[in-house]
Amino acid sequence: MSEMTDIIVDTTRKIFEDLGDPQTIINAKDEAWRDSLWQALDEGGLTRAWASEAAGGAALSVADTFEIIRVAGAHAVALPLVPHLLAVWLLDRANIALPEGIMTVSSASNGAAVSIDAEGRVSGRLSAVAFAEHAQFLAVLADGTAGPTAALVALDNVGIEPGVDAAGDSFDTVTLNAVPAISAAAVDLEHDELELLGAAMAAMAVAGAFEGALKMCVSYSQDRIAFGRPIAKFQAVQHLLARLAEETAAVVAAAASAAFALEQANRPSAAFVDIASAKIRAGEAVNEGGLIAHQVHGAIGFTADHPLHRYVQRMWAWRDQFGREAQWAERLGRHFAAQGGDAFWKTITAA
Amino acid sequence: MSQAIQFDPIRLPDAAEDLRSEVRAFLAENSDHLDRPSRRGFDHEFSRKVAAKGWIGLTWPKEYGGQERSFLERYVITEEFLVARAPSQVYFTADRQSGPVILKYGDEALKRDVLPRIIAGECTFAIGMSEPDSGSDLFAAKARAERTNEGWRLNGTKVWTTAAHEADYMIGLFRTSPPTKENRRHGLTQFLVDMKKPGINVRPIFWPNGDHDFNEVVFEDVDMPANHLLGEEDNAWAQATAELAYERSGPERFLETIAVLIELVNLVGPSPDSRAAEGLGRLVAQLFTMRRMSISVAGMLAAGKEPVLEASIVKDLGTVWMQKLPGICRDLGSLIDNDPAARSRFEMALTSNLLIAPKLTIQGGTTEILRGIIARGLGLR
Repeated sequence: MSEMTDIIVDTTRKIFEDLGDPQTIINAKDEAWRDSLWQALDEGGLTRAWASEAAGGAALSVADTFEIIRVAGAHAVALPLVPHLLAVWLLDRANIALPEGIMTVSSASNGAAVSIDAEGRVSGRLSAVAFAEHAQFLAVLADGTAGPTAALVALDNVGIEPGVDAAGDSFDTVTLNAVPAISAAAVDLEHDELELLGAAMAAMAVAGAFEGALKMCVSYSQDRIAFGRPIAKFQAVQHLLARLAEETAAVVAAAASAAFALEQANRPSAAFVDIASAKIRAGEAVNEGGLIAHQVHGAIGFTADHPLHRYVQRMWAWRDQFGREAQWAERLGRHFAAQGGDAFWKTITAA
Repeated sequence: MSQAIQFDPIRLPDAAEDLRSEVRAFLAENSDHLDRPSRRGFDHEFSRKVAAKGWIGLTWPKEYGGQERSFLERYVITEEFLVARAPSQVYFTADRQSGPVILKYGDEALKRDVLPRIIAGECTFAIGMSEPDSGSDLFAAKARAERTNEGWRLNGTKVWTTAAHEADYMIGLFRTSPPTKENRRHGLTQFLVDMKKPGINVRPIFWPNGDHDFNEVVFEDVDMPANHLLGEEDNAWAQATAELAYERSGPERFLETIAVLIELVNLVGPSPDSRAAEGLGRLVAQLFTMRRMSISVAGMLAAGKEPVLEASIVKDLGTVWMQKLPGICRDLGSLIDNDPAARSRFEMALTSNLLIAPKLTIQGGTTEILRGIIARGLGLR
């Protein structure tokens, strides 16, 4: 890690520790924490991390921007950071000026189509849009008359059907009926590339949540006394935590590798195998990892008063974003099957 | 947490990828040596061919015949050979860990005597750790070495010793002092044992299908010269743990059963149904992540770090995964009905890999021992 990365990580961590502490948020009576936390991230330039300097961004690398997501994930806060940063990436790539305010994004996956007509009006019914209720703008990759087109629309006068994700956080359906785009531009992206990048980011958010949960579990096991000694001293508990550490390591390694691949590749489709593997691996880890975290905490943790449930629920929510394991696995499986058994290993080593 | 877990994203350097092409060409030229029924086999002709390429002792100093190339280049040779099922058993153990131990702890005469023969592909090593009454509890070892006028005399029994029946040497752990109250790991010493000496009796332990890898080795008054003591008397435990990162994180810790996955890909064909495609994709994701983690550890080792905790994580994840792999492939392959030839190859790979699966989470450190090490790394012990 570079010195720059250390500074970014420290800055992000400080902001989240000061304003995004999960226990403080759970105890809070209203949603005011969200505005102050977002404002601090915005003032720190973190909400425009990887935008070019011309767009008012910090021009951070993919890897450094992913470190911000990792720290945010480690605080398991319900914040639209992943969709916002993905929207920033899309607009910046299309040379569209970034608006002031919170954005969300739709990769228009799951067969949903979003189109933009010659007059710049955007239409489509978009499900699984994270935090649409909290965002002022929506960025989409639409089918345009000249091919894939990035478009920015305001969400003020748009129909939003509120929904919730696995963490009970905003996960909405947005219906656009010829909504005039604030700006739009053709962009050199394949249709699934926005979803690919989003999947890699979601995997990194899961990785952060794993790191946060592991830390809580280790610390709790050392404090909690049962049968006359800390439960960390029982071999059965040690082996549970070792498994949690292994899954944490796998998710962090897979997500970091996907970030690295993205940086090398310069476009998401060239990092397909790394990204699909990371999203699948992260999603699979959540099954056992989330349960271990709760098992170690006993009855403490799965109710509203204790922050652990936020970590596990955010893992569930992030692994649902930008394609589930089964969807990515089918694509990855088809990719390898098409090459055949004799080329299997070559395909692994070529990625 | 007492120790941060770190897996740097590391890619193999260009030199290693260049070598990969050379390795694949070599394997293609020598395809008649590959994938024989006995899984690895002692193929002395093949070993000499590998030696002629300079691929044994690749990372060792030139003054002993090595190439001083990087650990990551060795990684590529190892993984390509594993996937091709190349018969590397003659030299594999010597190349991976016995040679490096001699390099580090042997005296000059030993190095000049033994290392060039390993590099020539003519020297097989066994590892003498487990005993009839001690396996995972390595420090309960009872086989002993006693001082004589000329050196040392060995007595006792080692068991599960892979390749002892073919081995020229064993690096074995022998008790030279009783454990102390403060340190029960004290009192063990590593020796280089010449397996051709009188007093050594090797008894085979067969696989159910008649294959032969394992042995019991009995030592009765076996005399060793003084310079065959490796490292420090009574302190082998410290030496042994430093070597573990090399032993535990390599591609052999997740690729041993890969044949069944490759045959599954052949079986499902180029356009599988959703169930087969999805199942295959999940296996690829696991394999791909394992390999990234393993290369990360290899890269950290090459950079002079000591990723002992990370290596334990790689071995546990990798061995548990490759142990389950035949069963998962069996499930995915059961509903496929197309090419009888592909079916036959798949079933053969399945049978042989089911047979070896149980040992994968035992050899080189059991699942339970590894999780104990990881728990210690987390600060729980």
